[in-house]
Amino acid sequence: MADRHIYPDSPELRARWGNFAWTEANAAKAKEIVARYPEGRQRSASMPLLDLAQRQVGAETGTQGWLPIPVMEYVANYLDMPIIRVVEVATFYTMYNLVPVGKFHVQVCGTTPCMLRGSDDLISVCKAKKMPTGGVSEDGLWTFTEVECMGNCSSAPMVQINDDNYEDLTAERFEGILDALARGESPKTGTQEPGRHTVEPVGALSSLTAMVNENHDYRGEW
Amino acid sequence: MPKVKVDGVELEVPAGATVLQACEMAGKEIPRFCYHERLSIAGNCRMCLVEVKPGPPKPQASCALPASEGQEIRTDSEMVKKAREGVMEFLLINHPLDCPICDQGGECDLQDQSVAYGRGSSRYHEHKRAVTEKYMGPLIKTVMTRCIQCTRCVRFSEEIAGVDEIGALYRGENMQISTYLEKASTHELSANVIDLCPVGALTSRPYAFEARPWELKKTISIDVSDAIGSNIRVDARGREAMRILPRVNDDVNEEWLSDKGRYMVDGLSKRRLDRPFIRLDGKLKAVSWDEALAAVAKIAPGNSIAAVAGDLVDVETMYAAKKLLSGLGSSVLEGRQTGLAYNTANLAAVNFNSGLAGIESADAILIVGSHVRWEAAVLNARLRKAVKHGAKVFIIGPEWETTYPAEFLGSDASVLNALPAHVWSALQGAKRPALIIGGAGLAKGALEAGLAISEQLGFVRTLEDGSVWNGFNVLHMAASRMGGLLLGYAQKGGINDVAAAKPKLLLSLGADEVDYTKFADSMIVYVGHHGDKGAHAADVILPASAFTEKAGIYVNTEGRVQFAEKAVFAPGDAREDWAILRAIAQVLNVNVGFDSFDELRSALFAEYPALLVDGGLIDFGPLPTGVSGSAAGEIAYPIKDFYLTNPIARASETLARCSAELLHGSQPQAEAAE
Repeated sequence: MADRHIYPDSPELRARWGNFAWTEANAAKAKEIVARYPEGRQRSASMPLLDLAQRQVGAETGTQGWLPIPVMEYVANYLDMPIIRVVEVATFYTMYNLVPVGKFHVQVCGTTPCMLRGSDDLISVCKAKKMPTGGVSEDGLWTFTEVECMGNCSSAPMVQINDDNYEDLTAERFEGILDALARGESPKTGTQEPGRHTVEPVGALSSLTAMVNENHDYRGEW
Repeated sequence: MPKVKVDGVELEVPAGATVLQACEMAGKEIPRFCYHERLSIAGNCRMCLVEVKPGPPKPQASCALPASEGQEIRTDSEMVKKAREGVMEFLLINHPLDCPICDQGGECDLQDQSVAYGRGSSRYHEHKRAVTEKYMGPLIKTVMTRCIQCTRCVRFSEEIAGVDEIGALYRGENMQISTYLEKASTHELSANVIDLCPVGALTSRPYAFEARPWELKKTISIDVSDAIGSNIRVDARGREAMRILPRVNDDVNEEWLSDKGRYMVDGLSKRRLDRPFIRLDGKLKAVSWDEALAAVAKIAPGNSIAAVAGDLVDVETMYAAKKLLSGLGSSVLEGRQTGLAYNTANLAAVNFNSGLAGIESADAILIVGSHVRWEAAVLNARLRKAVKHGAKVFIIGPEWETTYPAEFLGSDASVLNALPAHVWSALQGAKRPALIIGGAGLAKGALEAGLAISEQLGFVRTLEDGSVWNGFNVLHMAASRMGGLLLGYAQKGGINDVAAAKPKLLLSLGADEVDYTKFADSMIVYVGHHGDKGAHAADVILPASAFTEKAGIYVNTEGRVQFAEKAVFAPGDAREDWAILRAIAQVLNVNVGFDSFDELRSALFAEYPALLVDGGLIDFGPLPTGVSGSAAGEIAYPIKDFYLTNPIARASETLARCSAELLHGSQPQAEAAE
């Protein structure tokens, strides 16, 4: 995260994104989002609108999308608020990409539970696939970011790729997913453990065993 | 009125007070970085921790905790001491230990509080974070590694200045304060963030590495860059004024100062007139005082003499000149250099009657012909406060960028004659309606039309609480204006009357805005301090003192009398203005009735007792009644360049750079590597 920076302003950037405007569908959506907030509080819509803008940029570039300066200015203008306040929001939240990303933004969780369950191997896979940190791979497909906890600790290790989570990974499973994505397929999201549906215990229960058949009252046993 | 106990002492605090304020009322010092009386509460530095019962068993940030009935607050317990040490240690983790090369050294909150409340030694051995510099314009120098993220600068620009341009980017350890894309901070109060910054992150760029605070002699003075009369402190080392800082005066400038007032200080040592000159064959020639005064004596004007006062002169200078002229039998005095000729029969009608502080409570304000941001930057912050409290603002004049919602009614002064219905009803329905007429409005006859409206709508009224509200205001632009008008520096037809009188000798008291081509037949004796327009037109130049180099009285636009003291001596052969005028009186054989500055002041006070009270308001009596007139004409603001409105500012390199970079869009100058 320490590497986060705003993509430098340049005439080329302005030429590419200077005339950014909502698509027809997004214009309707933006209107609806702004309408969710009370009159005079349009600023509250800055977060969903930045997300919408990022997705539109993504659709235009065939990637997850990012926020060039003219696009942030467009959002500020749309909400009639000072640009610096929009930039504050965009730089605070890591889900807004401040620099261009690849088609697949691979966010590997490296926080303790995932690390204990082998996230280092996943990072090695990314390295082997020549995914640059904070940049775009040569084929334009990949961007790698190591992130902090994404709240999937019970199915660690996990990776978030664009809007989807892939959990219970091993190096092989992860490689399989990446290859499938590269081929243009849509691999199964969520847990990759055969027979597991969500984050229910793997195998037999190790705790709260008395709860299996009845609503057991544990309070007397504390 | 909750009763609280601070360190065992019970006291009653006003409802709505915070625990921090309660502690201060009890005389306890609470260290703080982010809390500031005039800004919103952020509560992010955690330095103001105290122990409060009842409440959670942990230290509480006193700045953000309301004082409530029965609280027991301790500021001296072991818990508080440890908490402060802990916060201090965290703040210093990423703060560089570069005090010896930091300009804030010696007047740094972090330094002082570290000594008073810190641990004394560091236990931190890891790497410190470093942050790149952020460009904030020609006035603000940044060393962002020193920043402790108190966000005072962010809150100032958003809340007081009303220009959202500073923000906190990124988060956590990487949080950085910056302007958008590192553009220069462009509003007129921008340099106040330097005073607000509790550390050395934002320091003064022109003053960088110039002096240390303990080397400076501090003198109280009054800002002359506009008619507000902001209270300032002149810091001088030896014979040079090094910097100007605002002083706190809640009635006048609160604790802000316009960038022009702050940074024209370097103009005080440039382009100075430091010896007398006389014009020989069209060229100025340096001469001795005797020769120069002999040249004045040779003019022998008799009673064909007139005086024009500049924008920066003090009351004493104008009084001395008045005495000199009356000794010669003339009373042709004028101070409105650019040709304004409004009626000055009743000075209440040209005064800022609601008071600078009073305008904050107005609920409907009509501004006629005033670019308030440029003509009185500090007042603009007050207007913003009024709008925040719900006031409506209407402006007649060409559009300028307001820092608050305001409606422009058109640029022709005649709008005032028939105000739109909604404006009329807003003023009519207001409890405290106010009218502000600026110089550009006065030029188009808005004074009479304004007085008529004021009388019709009863802008002078007794409020429910028994106090008297007078919402009729005139906003001047020159520091000398109200003093000059009081002394009679006003002809019926303005400066044109002076030109029409064809005086043999025109005494120019630092008047640099006059069109001297009108005085081609007069011998012009210029008593001033800068080689500006006045000196170019002069036949005899008598070098005088700038406002920092003489004691003087200034009357601001609300009629407040304020005394400035002498900070440094004038350069070279320059003398104090009153002494020059006394010397002229000598060579012209006139008795002016004083031989020393004290005698001058005694005579002045005897004639104008209202000037006796430092900080007092002059009572100009009631507004004239039965006035009628109509305003007409396209309003044109007199100030074309905020940074270059007076001879001192025009001599200042800093302000020249501001003007070029901030107003005329030239590229920032490259800085030499340090």
